[in-house]
Amino acid sequence: MATTNFENMQVIYQHPESLLDKNTHYCPGCTHGVAHRLVAEVLDEMNLRDKTIGVASVGCSVFAYNYFDFDFVEAPHGRAPAMATGVKRVHPDKIVLTYQGDGDLISIGTGEITHAAARGENITVIFINNANYGMTGGQMAPTTLPGQKTTSSPKGRDVEQAGYPIRTSEMLATLDGAGYIVRRSLHDPKHIRQAKKAIRMAFETQVRGLGFSMVELLSTCPTNWHLSPVEATHWLEENMLPFYPLDDFKVHPALKNLNF
Amino acid sequence: MQNETVIAGFGGQGVLFVGKVLAHAALEVGMEVTWFPSYGPEMRGGTANCTVIFSNEEIGSPQVLNPTSAIVMNQPSLDKYEDMVVKDGYLIVNTSMTNREVKRKDIHAVCLPATEIAEEIGDKRLTNIVMLAALIKASDFFGQAEMETALKKSLEGKKNDLVAANMIALQKGFEFRA
Amino acid sequence: MTRELWKGNEAIAEAAVRAGLQAYFGYPITPQTEALEYMSWRLPDLGRVFLQAESELGAINMVYGAACAGARTMTTTSSPGTSLMMEGLSYIAGTEVPMVLVDVVRGGPGLGNIAPAQGDYNQIVHGGGHGDYHPIVLAPASIQEAVDIVYQTFDIAEKYRTIVIVMLDGSIGQMMEPAEMPPMQEVRKVWPAWSASSTQGKRERNVLTSIYLDPKDMEKTNLRLMKTWQQIEKNEIRYKEYFMDDAKFAVVGFGSAGRVALSAVRAARAEGIPVGLFRPISVNPFPKQQILALTDKMDGFFVVEMNSGMMLDDVLLASQGRIPVEFYGRMGGVMPFPDEILREIRRLHAEGWKAEGHPRDRWLAKLEQIINEE
Repeated sequence: MATTNFENMQVIYQHPESLLDKNTHYCPGCTHGVAHRLVAEVLDEMNLRDKTIGVASVGCSVFAYNYFDFDFVEAPHGRAPAMATGVKRVHPDKIVLTYQGDGDLISIGTGEITHAAARGENITVIFINNANYGMTGGQMAPTTLPGQKTTSSPKGRDVEQAGYPIRTSEMLATLDGAGYIVRRSLHDPKHIRQAKKAIRMAFETQVRGLGFSMVELLSTCPTNWHLSPVEATHWLEENMLPFYPLDDFKVHPALKNLNF
Repeated sequence: MQNETVIAGFGGQGVLFVGKVLAHAALEVGMEVTWFPSYGPEMRGGTANCTVIFSNEEIGSPQVLNPTSAIVMNQPSLDKYEDMVVKDGYLIVNTSMTNREVKRKDIHAVCLPATEIAEEIGDKRLTNIVMLAALIKASDFFGQAEMETALKKSLEGKKNDLVAANMIALQKGFEFRA
Repeated sequence: MTRELWKGNEAIAEAAVRAGLQAYFGYPITPQTEALEYMSWRLPDLGRVFLQAESELGAINMVYGAACAGARTMTTTSSPGTSLMMEGLSYIAGTEVPMVLVDVVRGGPGLGNIAPAQGDYNQIVHGGGHGDYHPIVLAPASIQEAVDIVYQTFDIAEKYRTIVIVMLDGSIGQMMEPAEMPPMQEVRKVWPAWSASSTQGKRERNVLTSIYLDPKDMEKTNLRLMKTWQQIEKNEIRYKEYFMDDAKFAVVGFGSAGRVALSAVRAARAEGIPVGLFRPISVNPFPKQQILALTDKMDGFFVVEMNSGMMLDDVLLASQGRIPVEFYGRMGGVMPFPDEILREIRRLHAEGWKAEGHPRDRWLAKLEQIINEE
């Protein structure tokens, strides 16, 4: 009879300490869970959990604080970067992150995110872009693609009437206060690994005091896109990647030789 | 007993500053005092005024309809405040910038060419102090020594080098004889 | 005792600094800006946090963050800025974190003007932000009183974990008066146990939020807030009385309107009219019991405000219809002269009190003529 020798086994997978052991409220196939896990893994690896303060926003991730195991505050819609500024200025030696969706960050919160970046506020922003307002049921967001159907653009986003989507990372990267701004995607394992590296780099930016850091994560919203989880990843790849290219838009010179 | 002084002139004539000197003088003798400016866009180049109230008791309204004294540094201020001053009050008029006599006979009017006196000292911006000195001389609210202390207090810091010229202006105002 | 001349806006800033203020966030707006400017050099000199925000929305949410982070924090603004801050105030109230706001009220509605007014009474005393909450609102009438009150606000805010608003108006912000500054308190070195200041691996995580998705949980929070408010109503009533001992009727006015009324009451007393002044300093909680008790002794209340009769409604409620109430107000940034109030006092003394109709209607019926005659 074969016996298992646990002593010689290597841990190759475990629950991150920075995440509480809870089921999330996110829809099946939504990539919020992946993003949460990546942030938690990076904070664990950098041993930052005990000194981290999170700022949740309004949207599907309004309950982010239910899943992360460190101090958290919950901001009004769009104001997370301002609130994070208040926290960080009081605790400059702590790690402060905001976790915001696209409606929160680049619609109602455009002013707050822009000025946080311009000030070089030494915080890290995890920006989930899924091209619609998820929590309220799939309305048009500032990131909704031209022609994309939503519950408030039922015939597809008409740019003549509703204007054009905003490429947030490109826009914020023009600001001198930005230390690290990149766009990544969560639609397949390879890209998820790249996203994790970027999140690591963003926190390294903050640890080194190099200014504002943001990782934009292209994400799926199967429920509101009316697609299966697998179809949603394909839709992201086919429709979002051409409009929102994955790139490094701003990388502080002091970060260039870092490797993980 | 409460005393209310309105100081009025063009923006740039040092209306607010001279009010501050008066306020410092009242503080110097341990009185309650309120310095209340007209503030906002009208300060820049337009007319300016401020009210300084001093009293031995808690001061109520920071502005009054009928002040017990007025320093008027130009014609519009004379036209506006001559009728407002209470009976037996003081009206100090800058004749360098006004073109008519004081009409009222029931107030103490002191008319002096304050801008010319200031120019003789070497700086027409001292007009305000010359006029304040004339009011203090006529009313005897405070002594000259208290005014000198108040002037120094008001010029503390960046404006310290202006003390000497202002002292001369104060002296000239006290010395003026109509 | 060293009394020095202070400009109102700078005096309140220094008083806050001396009370151990750790972080200030603000946005320029007349007639409050000198407070922001003062903080911009004073706090960095002391190694404390100053930041000019991109808007009042930014400022109040930075304050929200700093309050959650455990700092003594405040902002200063004026009416249109207060309107923008209402969102943040509601969240801060819901999260039960302490903060201080100074509102240097100006004429409105809209862009209005920068002159002294009291038209923010309803927006800060009776609401503004959404939901059930009650900020403490204190309305000093002089610079020394403003200094003394601002100095206490952080202790009060922390005691109840609530918002304390100091309501001034443009005249108190812009005027100079002598004030004695209180001693400098040391800045707190320990973060409150409830604060989001990171666990340091030594405690369970703190989550500070105003979201209670289950209405029953929200209602429990509402109940807790209301119980706290009852304590505040019991402990935090402040007012000042003048000539009330033998008064037959009382003028009621807060802040600048109260001090303008003081001049009028003094003048009336000099004429032998038995009138007193009741000046609420805490307008929230409102001195309801004191007003009610006065109805036994007074023939009537004469409410004076620099708005359309916002506190008037509170006086009417508190006096429960037991005695007549009269009203006089100026709006839009017009500050009444004592003479206007004296005229009304004389009239009330000579003609007696009318009870028919609403005092606001009686006032409005004559206001147009008063404005036209000026």
